[in-house]
Amino acid sequence: MWEKWIGQRSKPVTNPIERGAVAKFAQAIGDDSPLYTDEEAARKSVHGRLIAPPTYPMILDYGQIEGLKLPESGLIHGEQQFDYRRPLYVDEKVTCYETLRDVKVKQARSGEMTILVIDRVGEDSEGERIFTSTLTIIVTEAVKRRWMAS
Amino acid sequence: MITEVFDLSVGQEIPSRTLPPVTRLDLIKYAGASGDYNPIHTIDEAAEKAGLPGVIAHGMLTMGRMATLFSPYLERGFIRKFTTRFKGMVFLGDEITLKAVLVDKHGDTARFDVTAVNQKGETVTAGQVEFCVRNK
Repeated sequence: MWEKWIGQRSKPVTNPIERGAVAKFAQAIGDDSPLYTDEEAARKSVHGRLIAPPTYPMILDYGQIEGLKLPESGLIHGEQQFDYRRPLYVDEKVTCYETLRDVKVKQARSGEMTILVIDRVGEDSEGERIFTSTLTIIVTEAVKRRWMAS
Repeated sequence: MITEVFDLSVGQEIPSRTLPPVTRLDLIKYAGASGDYNPIHTIDEAAEKAGLPGVIAHGMLTMGRMATLFSPYLERGFIRKFTTRFKGMVFLGDEITLKAVLVDKHGDTARFDVTAVNQKGETVTAGQVEFCVRNK
């Protein structure tokens, strides 16, 4: 039922990579690298400036693929991948969008299972890709039925 | 002590870390920092209604914690690729051990198998990290 959105892309959203949000995120995952918060340490590193933790792109806004609706509860995050061309920098502005790459339906013991693959991309101000974050989302038959009935 | 990722040989591990038992506060903090307020991660009744024995940790919290194994090496490089598969659930009180084994090094890139294992020895999350050395 989601197949017809394959290849569709959301309208891009510009996200600032905020210092305070990065510090709070790093603290929440227990990552004490000084490169996220200490400018002096960051300047001395190969990056030359503050960076964000590799899983930070999860919190950014990628916009909505028009018309695509998913159940609000019961989704299972099965797999996750981050692919970077360079680290994400604090204080930069990143243009983000997402694309539904693939939809597969599989038969599992518990019934039909739908697997959605979503690519989320972050680009710099020149339009160069910084990262792709790929989510594999599993929708079980029970979750899909409950959602369709509601 | 090993100070550089590239000093390791294939089959060797980065020092592993066992984290303190998962607390509700850990999950509340991650919910706030990530904006993921799905109540199955913080509120017992919501978790039970979803058929779970109790609240479960965000998979992305475990993945975020796995990356911290590489933080001591970030002065010289960065994680270029990080892939995980969420295999099992993490509950309150679980003690998670993070491990990374070097499987391959090539050019500027070192590839690791990374796992998060609970106190029963079950792998809850398994993945791979490609750590890339960067020139200034």
